Amino acid sequence: MTEPILQVESLHKSFGKLEVLAGISLEVQQGEVVVVIGPSGSGKSTLLRCINFLEVPTQGRILFKGEEVGQKEVGGTLVRLPERVLDQQRTHMGMVFQRFNLFPHMTALENVMEAPMQVRGLRRPEAEALGMKLLTRVGLGEKARTYPPFLSGGQQQRVAIARALAMEPDVMLFDEPTSALDPELVGEVLQVMKDLAKSGMTMIVVTHEMGFAREVGNRVLFMDGGVVVEEGKPEQIFTAPQHTRTREFLSKVL
Amino acid sequence: MGYSIKILPFLLKGMQQTLILTAASATFGTLLGLLLALARIAPARLVRTAASGYVTLFRGTPLMLQILFIWGALPQVGIVLPDTACVIIALSLNAGAYIAEIIRAAIQSIDRGQMEAARSLGMGYGLAMRRIILPQTFRRLLPPMVNELAALTKDTSLAMVVGIVELMKASQQQQSQSFRPAETYIWTALGYLLVTMTLMSLATRFEKKLEARG
Repeated sequence: MTEPILQVESLHKSFGKLEVLAGISLEVQQGEVVVVIGPSGSGKSTLLRCINFLEVPTQGRILFKGEEVGQKEVGGTLVRLPERVLDQQRTHMGMVFQRFNLFPHMTALENVMEAPMQVRGLRRPEAEALGMKLLTRVGLGEKARTYPPFLSGGQQQRVAIARALAMEPDVMLFDEPTSALDPELVGEVLQVMKDLAKSGMTMIVVTHEMGFAREVGNRVLFMDGGVVVEEGKPEQIFTAPQHTRTREFLSKVL
Repeated sequence: MGYSIKILPFLLKGMQQTLILTAASATFGTLLGLLLALARIAPARLVRTAASGYVTLFRGTPLMLQILFIWGALPQVGIVLPDTACVIIALSLNAGAYIAEIIRAAIQSIDRGQMEAARSLGMGYGLAMRRIILPQTFRRLLPPMVNELAALTKDTSLAMVVGIVELMKASQQQQSQSFRPAETYIWTALGYLLVTMTLMSLATRFEKKLEARG
């Protein structure tokens, strides 16, 4: 087995007195699709947000391609890395948010072009070509000049995926990407994610879509109370869960 | 009618001075306000405290006092500036404090997810602020900024206390010679209204333009 692309080592995160992550360890291999499921408040989203340092972990390490993300332990205390290093690390991780967070003052195409131009230093024609390629890939080539408020939720989320892909990340993080969508729009977003998984992208997906977890996931993590209660192949988790809590959760959602 | 025609050239001269004071203080005040607003929400606590102290000081003392202080105190430490410059400095420092609060509120009204999305793409804090957050504040900024600039226009009348012949002072000079306050002050009021109303109609037009974009 090669070195994992992402390692999470006994990660803790507290908000004040509330401990949301109580020691999470996780390894993700290149090309793997890891799906994280669990009841709300179980810490799934916080885990994802810690991985690209939108939340600052209280304890533990995150190693991305062998390199510590955001902070480093020096003499027993965690020291923040320079912002520039963190920015650089983030360019290799794409993040897709529950609420899309498209930039409303930019067209779909401009949303996708922004980071490649401003961060990677691409020229406008190259960025535009890249943007059009990615929008076409998510089925929205015709909406390139449309502003986000004029797009449906499903379209907005697909633009958001294209925007994240534009940085050519090594791993994509999905934070409940379909939870804010009307039911009839969920499918189009999941389809884009399936295609992405098929293309070999490494993905960590926090979701309530059990069908997706089962079909696309290489591995499923069940989280509850800030810890990973159970993990395994999808068929194992869904057909023969070992833990009572997993069984209880699945009986409610399936 | 004859009197009005006689005083108008003087009032127009005063108005010119009023416009200079307004334009200069609006420009410097807005720049200062932007810097202060960014400082008010800066990651470093010391910077935040300093900016908030500044805002408290300039919002908490009379503008008249600030003008007189800068006009009177700077020469005491050997800095001699033209009267107009003193007033522009005082007005800018004062407007900066108010504009800072307007801009800060607008920045903080932008959804947190916008900054997160920008940062997750590898954009630094400053870049994200400049490219993503600030452009979105324009529309929300416009109404309170128009208020502030209208107030600033009227505040330039305080320049008369240090002897600058702007519109208000010019009007007083004419009135004290003619003892015809009614006509004099009506023309003066129209002068101020012309400036503030132009400002408001420009703002409305700009707002419509922003809206058309969705």
